[in-house]
Amino acid sequence: MSSEREIAVDYLARVEGEGAMYLRLKDDEVLDLQFKIFEPPRFFEAFLRGRRFQEAPDITARICGICPVAYQTSACNALEDAAGVQVGGQLLALRRMLYCGEWIESHGLHVFLLHAPDFLGYESGIAMAADHLERVEAGLRLKKTGNHLMTVLGGREIHPINVRVGGFHRVPSKAELMELRSDVEWALETAIDTVDWVSGFPFPEFERDYEFVALQHPDRYAIEDGRVVSSRGLDIGVTEWNNHFEESHVPWSNALHATIKERGSYHVGPMARYSLNFEQLTPAAQAAAVGAGLGPTCTNPFQSIVVRAVEMVFACEEVLRLIDAYTPPPQPALEVPANGATGHGASEAPRGILYHRYQVDEAGLIADAQIVPPTSQNQLSIEDDLRSFVPQYSQLDDEQLQWQLEQAIRNYDPCISCATHFLDLTVERE
Amino acid sequence: MTARPKLAVWKFASCDGCQLTLLDCEDELLAIAGVIEIAYFPEATRGEVAGPYDLSLVEGSITTPHDATRIQEVRRISKTVVTIGACATAGGIQALRNWDDVDAFLSIVYAHPEYIETLETSTPISDHIAVDFELRGCPISKAQLIEVIEAFLHGRKPNVPGHSVCVECKLRGTACVMVAHGVPCLGPVTQAGCGAICPAYNRGCYGCFGPAESPNMGAMGDWWKSLGVSDADLARALRTFNGYAPEFREASEAYEQ
Repeated sequence: MSSEREIAVDYLARVEGEGAMYLRLKDDEVLDLQFKIFEPPRFFEAFLRGRRFQEAPDITARICGICPVAYQTSACNALEDAAGVQVGGQLLALRRMLYCGEWIESHGLHVFLLHAPDFLGYESGIAMAADHLERVEAGLRLKKTGNHLMTVLGGREIHPINVRVGGFHRVPSKAELMELRSDVEWALETAIDTVDWVSGFPFPEFERDYEFVALQHPDRYAIEDGRVVSSRGLDIGVTEWNNHFEESHVPWSNALHATIKERGSYHVGPMARYSLNFEQLTPAAQAAAVGAGLGPTCTNPFQSIVVRAVEMVFACEEVLRLIDAYTPPPQPALEVPANGATGHGASEAPRGILYHRYQVDEAGLIADAQIVPPTSQNQLSIEDDLRSFVPQYSQLDDEQLQWQLEQAIRNYDPCISCATHFLDLTVERE
Repeated sequence: MTARPKLAVWKFASCDGCQLTLLDCEDELLAIAGVIEIAYFPEATRGEVAGPYDLSLVEGSITTPHDATRIQEVRRISKTVVTIGACATAGGIQALRNWDDVDAFLSIVYAHPEYIETLETSTPISDHIAVDFELRGCPISKAQLIEVIEAFLHGRKPNVPGHSVCVECKLRGTACVMVAHGVPCLGPVTQAGCGAICPAYNRGCYGCFGPAESPNMGAMGDWWKSLGVSDADLARALRTFNGYAPEFREASEAYEQ
């Protein structure tokens, strides 16, 4: 006997922002499926017009309280590109160190408080602490290490105040950074242990043939800059973004759906970075990944929790290397003139590529802005995952199926607050 | 065991940073969860304990017809309502729409404005319901959040001073960036709470915590002008995360003319 049933989650939990899911199926056939974003729009791209370009890092940070450094960095990259200025040396190293702090903070939050509870059957990280106190405490301390790095380098962990176009307002002394070292060493050991722990979780057998898209840099595991590459041969400079990606507006989402022109959905985030740039991970991160049974690519989205833990190992090791090589730069920032140009910038937010484009006028005011956050790029991939996942698990009762599907969405660590604030003028022009 | 008071955390238009502040209390989180029941907090748990709630923390501003209705329900089922952050207490950065045409904003951002339901304005929670306490900041301070929760547990008024950032610079021993270095700073008119981090990092305060108690906007503006700042840039500086707070709003409107 066949029966039609509906599963609706009105308010997705353990994600950043307001999203919902709707599924209608008949036996194992999906009749309708929507990953909905109802987070109210805040119109950042509209009110950035007429603001001074120097204000963009502080303003766009407010798109996301979980990954403000990603917004600040992509904004700086784009505005420095517009001015023809290139930040390098120790200023770039500080930018990377600050960003590693954000990766540790954001991945720590997701692994321990948002994602692990799904695998172990708890409703929250706090509930999980009743039986796994040491793990949760270690996770909180790991997350705190990331936050502490952001506080020292950025002034505070949420919406850091020290980032400016061209560099920083103030650079730390070597001694200030050396004080962080022992904490980060502890975090490195804990992150290695975390990879081992999460790799033992029960993972549904589920693989998908994604087109992975991530930044790539010739010298390092790309975080703060790089070219845009994909597992199907895309290899472009960030300035070419709008020639290869486009966005469309669907009625059930306040975030635009991004696609690669002619090929459709793609996947950004830790799995894409890992699969495209595995060779550039630090030795301890590679060893942890191999020890956890991961190959050089990962195509099971439920294992993204292992990849996040591997990236925490990487970020800790990278911070230690950067601290050791640090000497304070002579100037906290490079001068960045206003010259009436358009600039493009991207960086790897914890959840994936974040692209910014600004057109700046001769007076230094922003004439036009475009922001493409990672979660809007992953929306279609999330829906595709759910569509392929449901037939495999349609025998589950509604409650179990719902939890599995929620977990499948949380695989992406979606940041819905981010996703709701961008536009694509390319669509309007076409 | 006596029943713990029930905590709910609500989100309206915002960046999630202020509710994240609760999860960023890494040393205190489990202890807080021990004395207060985290009954509704979707960012942290899929579990949900039905209301009414003893303490509701409200993040975000009201920007949609649906949220204007939802906030009434929050008030109805909450004994105490505390707003957290600049969005909830002043309308947030998204209140910049209040000086503009929202239809124009819609068509800049979306290909199909007809799919989007939004209000003309972004307004603070206190424009819609009675609020028991407003915690300032973009983002709020961890220490002040813990103070508010503790004060609630003991039935006392939170100790959150209304004085300006200048006091915090003095306490921290930071030389005045405006007097010593000629850097424009909103510290004299901005409420303390952040720890005066910007001047300690060699930049002027940019007003994350909103207006201090009885700010002298005119004197601050005259200082800025003496440093060569134009009226348009003064208006811009006041119109950020707390731009729609009455004192900042009135001053920016005056500089705009």
